[in-house]
Amino acid sequence: MPQLLLEFFSEEIPARMQKRAEEDLARALGEKLKLAGLEPKAIKTFSSPRRIGAVIDDLPAKAADVNEEKKGPRVGSPDQAIQGFLKSAGLSSIDQAQVVEDKKGAFYVARIERAGRATAEIVQEIVPEIVRAFPWPKSMRSGSGDLQWVRPLQNIMCIFGGQHVQISVDSVPSEAKTWGHRFHAPDAIAPKDFAEYAVKLRAAKVEIDREARKAKIVEDACKACAAKGLELVEDIGLLEEVCGLVEWPVVLLGDMDPAFLDLPGEVIRLSMRTHQKYFAVRDPKTQKLAPHFILVANIEAKDGGKAIAAGNARVLSARLNDARFFWDTDKKTPLYTEERKAKLEKIVFHQKLGSVWDKVERVKALAVELCAVTGADRALVERAAELCKMDLVTETVGEFPELQGQVGRQLYLLEIAEPSPLAGEGREGGRAEQRAARATSSTPPTPNPAPPGGGESIASAIEDHYRPLGPNDRVPSDPVAVTLALADKLDTLVGFWIVREEPTGSSDPYALRRAALGLIRILGALGLRMALRRTIAITCFIRFEQVRQVRRSQLVNRFANAAELTGKPQEAWQALVPAMMDTFAESRKKVFWESDEPIVAALAIANSLLAFLADRLKVQLRDQGKRHDLVDAVFALGDDDLVRIVARVEALDAFLKTQDGANLLAGYKRAANILAAEEKKAKWSAEEAKGDIDASKLVEPAEKALADALAKVLPAAQAAVEKEDFAAAMKALSALRAPVDGFFEGVLVNAEDPALRRNRLLLLSRFSDALSAVADFSKIEG
Amino acid sequence: MAAPKSPRCFQDVILTLQNYWAEQGCAILQPYDEQVGAGTLHPATTLRALGPKPWRAAYVQPSRRPKDGRYGENPNRLQHYYQFQVILKPNPPDLQQLYLNSLAAIGIDPLLHDIRFVEDDWENPTVGAWGLGWEVWCDGMEVSQYTYFQQVGGLDVRPVSGELTYGLERLAMYVFGVDRVYDLPFNDPASPHPLTYGDVFLENEKQQSRFNFELSDAEQNLRWFGDAEATAKRLLEAGAVLPAFDYTLKASHLFNLLDARGVVSPTERQSFIARVRDLAKGCASAWAESQS
Repeated sequence: MPQLLLEFFSEEIPARMQKRAEEDLARALGEKLKLAGLEPKAIKTFSSPRRIGAVIDDLPAKAADVNEEKKGPRVGSPDQAIQGFLKSAGLSSIDQAQVVEDKKGAFYVARIERAGRATAEIVQEIVPEIVRAFPWPKSMRSGSGDLQWVRPLQNIMCIFGGQHVQISVDSVPSEAKTWGHRFHAPDAIAPKDFAEYAVKLRAAKVEIDREARKAKIVEDACKACAAKGLELVEDIGLLEEVCGLVEWPVVLLGDMDPAFLDLPGEVIRLSMRTHQKYFAVRDPKTQKLAPHFILVANIEAKDGGKAIAAGNARVLSARLNDARFFWDTDKKTPLYTEERKAKLEKIVFHQKLGSVWDKVERVKALAVELCAVTGADRALVERAAELCKMDLVTETVGEFPELQGQVGRQLYLLEIAEPSPLAGEGREGGRAEQRAARATSSTPPTPNPAPPGGGESIASAIEDHYRPLGPNDRVPSDPVAVTLALADKLDTLVGFWIVREEPTGSSDPYALRRAALGLIRILGALGLRMALRRTIAITCFIRFEQVRQVRRSQLVNRFANAAELTGKPQEAWQALVPAMMDTFAESRKKVFWESDEPIVAALAIANSLLAFLADRLKVQLRDQGKRHDLVDAVFALGDDDLVRIVARVEALDAFLKTQDGANLLAGYKRAANILAAEEKKAKWSAEEAKGDIDASKLVEPAEKALADALAKVLPAAQAAVEKEDFAAAMKALSALRAPVDGFFEGVLVNAEDPALRRNRLLLLSRFSDALSAVADFSKIEG
Repeated sequence: MAAPKSPRCFQDVILTLQNYWAEQGCAILQPYDEQVGAGTLHPATTLRALGPKPWRAAYVQPSRRPKDGRYGENPNRLQHYYQFQVILKPNPPDLQQLYLNSLAAIGIDPLLHDIRFVEDDWENPTVGAWGLGWEVWCDGMEVSQYTYFQQVGGLDVRPVSGELTYGLERLAMYVFGVDRVYDLPFNDPASPHPLTYGDVFLENEKQQSRFNFELSDAEQNLRWFGDAEATAKRLLEAGAVLPAFDYTLKASHLFNLLDARGVVSPTERQSFIARVRDLAKGCASAWAESQS
């Protein structure tokens, strides 16, 4: 069957948009062809800076004939309905419809038979539609036209079964040709199919296959490095971008002035990457950056690339000179200066949450509270908190925002290594340096002796308090860093909850899901035990103290009384504070700290945020292949200690995979069904379920056995839960399996004797209670 | 016109570009006599991009960026430099090729040097203008900005103008293999009186940097900003668009001077930019109206 080959030839398409555009093109083609009655099997796409296209093999020459029946209105319907039907079915008179009878009466049916259209004709119709509706992230008009495309569109080549298909979109040319490399082979090429297209373009120094371009870049870059005994610093994101900047990748190794190697490695790497799209190169022995770089050119230069490599090296030197100026300016003063603090006071963290410095003060207050959990040194934590955001206003971070944290760490390490501010010996020297020095001269350099042995901790806290930044990022390990990382994330989460900016649906502009997952990962990785409700409330109070006339200590005391409820099931908690949930619902738009009752607000925020964390936990466990309904089952117990929750979930997961566990769950469901049915009939109540079993009324051996087993198992399971040995608790519970099975087999619950019936219902209640010691089994599926 | 010989000095680059674009039918204009931060702000670009009438012009524009001053000590950064600006309305379909030919005219061989069009969408919030295009790289260095204007003064432009901005010093440093801008030959090195870029501009960079960072009078500039703004508004009301635009440019430059002194807080910054933008928008819409 014929092949369809389509190419949009344009001026340079931004690298970051090409891959996505391939996907969009494939989807649009697939949808439109399908709608026209064609079923493309596979759509292959390709792209380069100057072209994006698709090829579909085995497309029929015409679409299938359409035979369909369209059901119309009943015979005798109003004329309006008849006319509408005629229009939609494409009939001119109702005589052309057939009358069919069914149970409800007679109605019209139109039999529509349409011969399938020629594929070429369909393509001529859908390609312009695709062009006009193409979802480029940004598009533009050009010349006097109105057509929107990512950059001026120069030609649309469309070949079907070896024949040129003219595409008409405004005044865009549509010739059966394409053009080779802009400089090496600018002449037109006229391919008859995709195979010839790819081969001829390759001969014209255009590789249209992205993967082939990427493979060539990596292979040649590794070779170029190996020839010098070096290795490539791989960077997948950069590779994708560079691949979108060239049609014919030519890898060159450039030299960098080794004098720049005294700049922080990340500054060098980012100067290369961000501005110049170079790959960094390192020495495999030392793992440090080598004074070279890999660049990917788009031509096979006449001189073998000497001029290109030399030119790029000069540009890099200029870039690194700039970076050096920033770095030298930054390292003239200690990390903490009053000027930097004043700048942080002016930077808005969030319109309703104050400045970055306001945040620093909150993080500091919270971090001090958290020392009890993390065991970090309080003085170190306070110092690290004051320092942790200082680098946001350094010149280097201004230039390379990705380096936040890292720059602060480096500056602090320099400062404690050499307490007196460094003298200006930068390359540029002279007045510019003096000016920079003048800018900060009003602060006498404060002596900041590192607390003994704490310098490294503070440095790592400055860098790592942002971590983990994603699912693959590492979790901080130093206690000071851990404390600050927790405080920073808690403050962010609680803050945005206070101002009602929680994530909704797919919108999460403040990356709060990431913060929540980071919090969960840190607590889990280090096994930190934290009563989250209380911690969240304290975090709220720290903010309230900043903006309201309230004392945090008083709020904490009042909360302690209110929070005697901690440990009770979530539902009970919420039921006991109905006003809390009402407030929460009513203040959809209202900022919380404007509400009158800080305790109610804190409770509501704690519950809502805890539910959010539980959701994140579910996602995390699901990613680990665990059942997410178990989180609900454990969470329903009202616990707010994530470590304990995870331990319970893991034990439960393992337990339910055993034969005993699965049977007990089935037994639980059966017991719960019976109890629920009785409650529904108002023959049983939660109040009655609290009663005691009357041992004298146990008559059947099976019920005696169950009663005995419960008497033994319940205390054992509870004792194990107390010790947080959930596996042991569940093992103890598995001793109930045989007696429960026996009970259901040999005992009639609904006995005629009310005393016997009551006893048996009580046995089932006790059995449910026993299982509830480890989880709310009613929340478990299956 | 005689075939252009390979340029040997800074002014050759300018002369070559002027000749080349003159051949493409551009009016060769002279620099605008207001202090501006970029060649785009010349009314020949900002205002002429608006309205339906075709327009082709090219010119050198001295550009002042007070904050970029480095007292003549940085080899690449200047607070006063030259841009070569080309505007073609509507943009011809072969504008990219015309541009590449202009590089060839100043001696850049595209089979020896790596020329690339790298996404860079241009935006000038102070005049409410934006467009899509690229920065053009030559061996990794940005030598030009290439933009298809989409909006100016907050108004859609129809037809679209193609705008090219060459950073002349950088381009010349590249062509002549010079690492320090002040070492560029300004006139022909073989002339009886060879001059470098430093001979012409080094003292200016030193004194103007001092002025920008130390001597300019912030309070006075603040007052003048208010005066320029008020005058621009009054002129706009009187229907005198072009004089109003001059005062808009004055206000814009005064803001840049205030910014260089570091007396503008981030919040105020936004408000200053918004005030200039309002003036620019007023000029743009009044001009567009007069053209249609």
